[in-house]
Amino acid sequence: MESRIEAQDQTSGAVDAGALLSVRNLRTEFELRRWVFARAGFVRAVDAVSFELKRGEAIAVVGESGCGKSSLAKTILGLYRPAQGEVLFEGKRLNTFNAEELRWYRSQIGYVQQDPYGALPPFMNVRRILEEPLIVNRLGGRAERERRIREVLDEVRLTPADDLLPKFPHMLSGGQQQRVVIARAMILRPRLLVADEPVSMLDASVRVEILELLRRLQTAHHLGVIYITHDLSSVRHFSERIFVMYAGQIIEKAEVHELIHDPLHPYTRALLAAISDPNPENVSAFKNVPPGEPPSLVRPPPACRFHPRCAEFMKGLCDVEDPPEFQPQPGHRALCWLYREAE
Amino acid sequence: MSTSPLLRVEDLRLYFRTTQGVVRAVDGVSFDLGYNQAVVVLGESGCGKSSLARALLRLLPRNVQAYDGRVIIGGIDIMSLDDERFRREARWTKISFVPQAAMNALNPVVRVGDQVAEPLVIHRGMEKEAAWERAREMLQRVGLPADFLRRYPFELSGGMRQRTALAMALVARPQLVILDEPTSALDVLTQANIMNVLKEIRGELNTSFILITHDVATSSELANRVAVMYAGQIVELSDAARFFREPLHPYSQKLMASVPRLRDDKKLEFIPGEPPNLMSLLRGCRFAPRCPLRFGRCSEPPPLIRQEDGRRVGCWLYDGGKEME
Repeated sequence: MESRIEAQDQTSGAVDAGALLSVRNLRTEFELRRWVFARAGFVRAVDAVSFELKRGEAIAVVGESGCGKSSLAKTILGLYRPAQGEVLFEGKRLNTFNAEELRWYRSQIGYVQQDPYGALPPFMNVRRILEEPLIVNRLGGRAERERRIREVLDEVRLTPADDLLPKFPHMLSGGQQQRVVIARAMILRPRLLVADEPVSMLDASVRVEILELLRRLQTAHHLGVIYITHDLSSVRHFSERIFVMYAGQIIEKAEVHELIHDPLHPYTRALLAAISDPNPENVSAFKNVPPGEPPSLVRPPPACRFHPRCAEFMKGLCDVEDPPEFQPQPGHRALCWLYREAE
Repeated sequence: MSTSPLLRVEDLRLYFRTTQGVVRAVDGVSFDLGYNQAVVVLGESGCGKSSLARALLRLLPRNVQAYDGRVIIGGIDIMSLDDERFRREARWTKISFVPQAAMNALNPVVRVGDQVAEPLVIHRGMEKEAAWERAREMLQRVGLPADFLRRYPFELSGGMRQRTALAMALVARPQLVILDEPTSALDVLTQANIMNVLKEIRGELNTSFILITHDVATSSELANRVAVMYAGQIVELSDAARFFREPLHPYSQKLMASVPRLRDDKKLEFIPGEPPNLMSLLRGCRFAPRCPLRFGRCSEPPPLIRQEDGRRVGCWLYDGGKEME
């Protein structure tokens, strides 16, 4: 399969033209348990994923559980080694990094985990949690480290610092814990933040506050941000583009407004239709949900992976040939045969 | 409203004893629920909504400090029954429960059929074959193929297990089912499926639901009525249509403004501050410290004040109406 390298999109607003991160034809696999010599097979969690993230741009990767979005994040973070394809950060190939370069790379990307309580070591206080990345990377003396810690705490609005620094994670509320996680992700002044479901464990009234904080950091530091989420409704306010993932592939990419108001892929349409807004009329209406469940990633359906559930299924095409990425509108791409003549 | 509702809850209290003090998880909750109705108990984590479910079901932990009030289901005060009678006469057959993360609450080594049929065998004393027959019907009603009876829970996806738990709660035909966060661990499409099933069932089986959730958007799929909980108390009780258009209590308004909408570009808000500690509560309005509209009277505890349109609000701003009881 030839790699599908995304062309440059038009820049919007404060976003620079230069790519911060390029992902090219990426595939991440996990081998199933082997039986003596026989290979049981592979779970192809990420397959043929290509995109570019610009400096200062936020994208949201949206999909259901098991669609491969977290595996994509972890491959980008360098925690999983890709089986095929490559990740380029500022033009440098992640696959070729030696230990020193990998350490540099990891200082350039901040990781915001889903479950803040699980992500913070319970036996370290806030000062120690934030100091550790600085010590590991041998940055500054004691006084300098202390200054940086206070600076970051101020940025994530965890004040007064003197009250918070000696506290242990269990003494903080969920929102405060997530701020500590964000502070830790920011402490080495990264260029890219990867946030995996950053607010899904938090209450509605706190979520917006955390997402606004991330947006503020993005703007202030011209950060690239990748949100991994299942929650389209909230992330739409805090990102420039949305990618929809299904069964290991990104099946649609578009700017936020485009994707929500003019979704192309039948799966995206089904997903959007299933999302409720608080509305008293909902009580009397049934939702139209595509039949079946997302496929196994060990033996996904041939060709288009959504075809067994798709209302627009075209026999002899969708189940035979992989749909390439069509671009019916500038900057709006979909992996779907419906758009074969629209380009 | 009919004269004798299916459920009447009066001044229900459930306090827990902990090493740090007494947690007032449910603190004087009263509401009614009619036949074939669904009330949504909306609230954020720690507001006492799951404790309310436990109090209604008498599924109490050991560290209960106080448990009083009245819970009347179909004319019977279930608080006055002893544990054994409650178990035999009410649980599963009058009132049943789909716990939070129900898909993980099934026994992995017992066939789906045996689990779904269990309430019938134990509480209705049915023969196994007859019970399996009813279980098969119920599985089909929640949208699962009948041959799932012979499967084990680990063979099913999360959504299918959630349906199984629902079938189990419905199989003895209780008039009231309590659902604690029935869709919060599920994907969007699965969520939509489950809500479709619940809507169908309410129409067909004449079941009433108490839906306990923090998810405002999904709750609007099923609710006829809404009870907003804050710090152990109901602060607003309203019919769903009016509530979702125009919530009254300042907390409800803020909560609604924080809910992201797919089809609306309105800027989202958040509620500054934290919910109060249920161990050291203020005497007055419990939302006052975070409320942008607080004024002098808020140091007095507001009752649920009845409005002309029948809604009730625990806020002094709405004192123009008539006070409840």
